[in-house]
Amino acid sequence: MDSSRRTLLVATSAAGGVAAVATAVPFVASLTPSERAKAAGAPVEVDISQLAPGEMMTVEWRGKPVWILRRTPEMLATLEVTESRVSDPDSREPMQPEYARNKYRSIKPEYLVVVGICTHLGCSPTDKFRPGVESGLGADWPGGFLCPCHGSFFDLSARVYRSMPAPTNLEVPPHMYLTETTLLVGEDGKA
Amino acid sequence: MTTKSQALLNWIDERFPLTATWKAHLSEYYAPKNFNFWYFFGSLALLVLVIQIVTGIFLVMHYKPDGTLNDAGISIAFASVEYIMREVPGGWLIRYLHSTGASAFFVVVYLHMFRGLLYGSYRKPRELLWILGTLIFLVLMAEAFMGYLLPWGQMSYWGAQVIINLFSAIPFIGPDLALIIRGDFVVSDATLNRFFSLHVIAVPLVLIALVFAHIVALHEVGSNNPDGVEIKKKKDANGIPLDGIPFHPYYTVKDIVGVVGFLFFFSAVVFFAPEFGGYFLEYNNFIPADPLKTPPHIAPVWYFTPFYSVLRAVTYPLFGIDAKFWGVVAMGASVVIIAFLPWLDRSPVKSIRYRGPIFKAALVIFVISFFVLGYLGVLAPTPGRTLAAQIFSVLYFAFFLLMPWYSKIDKCKPEPERVNFK
Amino acid sequence: MRIDVIKTLKRLAAVALLAPTLAFSAEVALNLDKAPVSRDPVALQNGAKLFVNYCLNCHSASFVRYNTLEQIGLDEQQIRDNLLFTGERVGDLMKIAMRPAESKVWFGTAPPDLALVARQRASGYGSGADWLYTYLRQFYRDPERPSGFNNVVFENVGMPHVFWELQGDQIAHVTENPDGTKNYRLELAKPGKLSPEAYDKAVADLVSFMVWMAEPVAAKRETIGMYVLIFLAGLFVLTYALKKNYWKDIH
Repeated sequence: MDSSRRTLLVATSAAGGVAAVATAVPFVASLTPSERAKAAGAPVEVDISQLAPGEMMTVEWRGKPVWILRRTPEMLATLEVTESRVSDPDSREPMQPEYARNKYRSIKPEYLVVVGICTHLGCSPTDKFRPGVESGLGADWPGGFLCPCHGSFFDLSARVYRSMPAPTNLEVPPHMYLTETTLLVGEDGKA
Repeated sequence: MTTKSQALLNWIDERFPLTATWKAHLSEYYAPKNFNFWYFFGSLALLVLVIQIVTGIFLVMHYKPDGTLNDAGISIAFASVEYIMREVPGGWLIRYLHSTGASAFFVVVYLHMFRGLLYGSYRKPRELLWILGTLIFLVLMAEAFMGYLLPWGQMSYWGAQVIINLFSAIPFIGPDLALIIRGDFVVSDATLNRFFSLHVIAVPLVLIALVFAHIVALHEVGSNNPDGVEIKKKKDANGIPLDGIPFHPYYTVKDIVGVVGFLFFFSAVVFFAPEFGGYFLEYNNFIPADPLKTPPHIAPVWYFTPFYSVLRAVTYPLFGIDAKFWGVVAMGASVVIIAFLPWLDRSPVKSIRYRGPIFKAALVIFVISFFVLGYLGVLAPTPGRTLAAQIFSVLYFAFFLLMPWYSKIDKCKPEPERVNFK
Repeated sequence: MRIDVIKTLKRLAAVALLAPTLAFSAEVALNLDKAPVSRDPVALQNGAKLFVNYCLNCHSASFVRYNTLEQIGLDEQQIRDNLLFTGERVGDLMKIAMRPAESKVWFGTAPPDLALVARQRASGYGSGADWLYTYLRQFYRDPERPSGFNNVVFENVGMPHVFWELQGDQIAHVTENPDGTKNYRLELAKPGKLSPEAYDKAVADLVSFMVWMAEPVAAKRETIGMYVLIFLAGLFVLTYALKKNYWKDIH
């Protein structure tokens, strides 16, 4: 093959490759969330004034359940107990915004805001707030969450126990307090 | 080639005729070396088919074949098309590629068919190839027609209503047939759903099978060429046609030039004139379908209008059956008659280059008739236009029906022994 | 023989040339003014304001999200402050509270969704923008109509003249042509808040906005198209050179 032919072949193939990649762009883009999905995923305002201590409410954000748990002092105390049992007690994994990177994994210790989707394969864990034998999880269960699909345990800060199928703690979504009793889930004014 | 990839190729070849197929259909498939401009349109038709299938797959991911109304009072099908145009990232481009592709398909196929007329590509031994091609054209029309209903605009709706009602013109079974096609007493959600199914699954499967058969048949008999002489008659000592060249690389590199040239014009339409002045996307089709209100003037999309004109040109009842039926028959015949060309043409030569003046004149009149019929089909009928449609319909059919006579008496020039190539 | 062919061709050409002039004779001819459509953000924003204030009460634009207006240079806060009145969110579609069935009772026909109106109204007589631009400027006093107004390009229109205060009162001098068609000459009998020039400009802005709204991606489409065509032209040169190179073997 003469050199000019080789040069032309390489040049044409390269240009054709560029064309192919450029053509793929709109097709791949069409697989990403649409404007409708983004609009549906807009931040959600939540009124938490009616939430009693020890209770949890679920709101929908981007089609996912977001739990808002108002923890009692007893509940918060259990976090000291689970500290040694969970795999990432200090929230080193980036599963929360910077402002929730603490033992309580929250802005205010009282309120835990977390996406209720197991980090293993996406089931929604069930709450097992009652401690002890009553929970069916043994006498030393301090209260937390259990994923029904593959049995991952989480404590009341949604931190995963050690040696569980779930690799990381549950995700804390971006959120902020608009007033003392209104929470905005999905936006923290920092993005 | 490295020994490892050679070993892999051997492994495959012992189990699947990869190298053999490559040779038989590309690197050692010999095509006449004198192809001209008109020979681009076969590969371009294949390209458009691929464009339509790929864009179609992505459109189906977002489109909803639902004729019921959403809370804004707009049908869900119509709204889902606008959803694709506005809300799906890149959706507008995929949709315009598909809508422009539909028209481009017919442009390319019409030019491909015209090439056949120019150079007698339908003549022995390519009769079956030609018939397969005509079938592809028929199936393509069905595919386009069903696809056109899906945006569920006014033209979609009323165009489908009119065309389906054509079937009711068939004596005895007609009304029941129309009912079975619609699945309702008018075009409705039921019709939309079945057209969607047929448009995205059934008809494309048939189309792909026919295209495959078309190419198999082509590679069996080999391509015709602008001189209309058989290159297989003159072979060298190795049995390779003297006027043949391997399809790959020579025609692959040439067809790529055609592809890029085509894509230039195609993109120009997609990006700068996707409506194409109301011919590719009709203005009335931006209005959601309204079963209670027919637009003042409905015309089929441009690629159907020549045949639609033939339909409207028939205004006389015959043998006690009304004109509507004969219109349908004439329209059907105007398409099907194309398949009979191999037996209508009695000329001693194939190519227009060696034909006499009568055939050339006949072809010119035929092409003009086709264009005029196409133009008349876009317009609302008036008595004057109906008369024009009648005259040109007669000329259209005369091209075929008189061909056994005029092609025989025409004064042809002698065909050369070998192809012309400079 | 040859002369005959040429004669036939001439005759055919004559028919073909004649045909377009017949094209629209079956319908009522429309005289449309050319709309000065603009893509200037200031014009579009003014149009958006007029649209939301005057049209969006009865008409929806149910494919358009408010936050799409960021594309014409408004930011989220501006949209919230100037265009949202009844607790919509910026990600909401421009829908209206009026139910299509109810409005049908009130106006005789449901006010159509306007998202696509600039594409719907295109015809052989002009673009959809031309139609809108003419329509919105050619309302005239007609006591026989329930709303008190009639329209030159849309006879017996159900829509009231919502810009009446801006434009003022026009009266029509109608003359009949021998073929039965009518000629309208409109005269401004009572000026409105805006001068005729300012009113035309306001309508032009509104129409520009409606053109934008019918296909928000249009400008982007043309920009991308330019790059695509330039690239393909380059690729054509390359592939042609490659073909020439290979075909040296054959020649």
